[in-house]
Amino acid sequence: MTMTAYRHLDVSQVGDVTVVRFLDRKIIEDVNIQELGQEMFRLVEAEGRERLLLDFSSVDFLSSAALGKLITLDKKMKAHGGRLKLASIRPEIYEVFTITKLNRLFDIRRDEAEALAAF
Amino acid sequence: MPTPDQDWTWQCDRVIANDAAIGRRLLDDLLCQLKTLQWSPRDIFGVHLAVDEALVNAIRHGNADDATKHVQFTARVCPTKVLVEIVDEGPGFNPDRLPDPTSPGRLGCPGGRGVLLMRAFMSHVEFRDRGNRVVLEKERSL
Repeated sequence: MTMTAYRHLDVSQVGDVTVVRFLDRKIIEDVNIQELGQEMFRLVEAEGRERLLLDFSSVDFLSSAALGKLITLDKKMKAHGGRLKLASIRPEIYEVFTITKLNRLFDIRRDEAEALAAF
Repeated sequence: MPTPDQDWTWQCDRVIANDAAIGRRLLDDLLCQLKTLQWSPRDIFGVHLAVDEALVNAIRHGNADDATKHVQFTARVCPTKVLVEIVDEGPGFNPDRLPDPTSPGRLGCPGGRGVLLMRAFMSHVEFRDRGNRVVLEKERSL
């Protein structure tokens, strides 16, 4: 597996799970969201990572455009037979997931440890 | 902008280029006012999200990313309420005809959640004129 430098992500490996932390506290600017999407998609499509955990502990804010990238990532994961989990989402952002009912689409766990145990 | 009798502590009346970065600078100024007035983090988050979605809608959908067009941004703040009005030059739309993004058939669509989030996080949201003028109102939580 090729290790690549990422501009918006901190990518590490815990066993067979790839843990992804976001480097931007606010996921809002259109250019950044496009780049972020490409970096996440590369993990699945180019690097073939099959178990992905997105850790939101450093994220204070995200727009609905960022949600769109997460939805596309979820589709790509499923198409590649992979599994995606989200963790450590602060309450205000979790409310965005419940309002949009995306908490039904994504497997969202309280923290990284709980998500890792659920794979 | 309605309610001229209110004692606003901060006001902003600007016509800006069709550029989200410029709009977000005005939004940051607005959020600074709410922080100074010690609004709760949840209220500030909600105003941030709703106004950002409205700005992006105006620039991208209303003005179709046309750099020659403009967006009118008006905001009023007082200790208990914030009012924002955003107007684009686009053809407008009928908000009552938007599909429900939470329906099972649309849950996997990447877009279409902006208006839902505006309505959820603000106290009142209204589309006026031909749908190109959105008024967002937030009452401070107790």
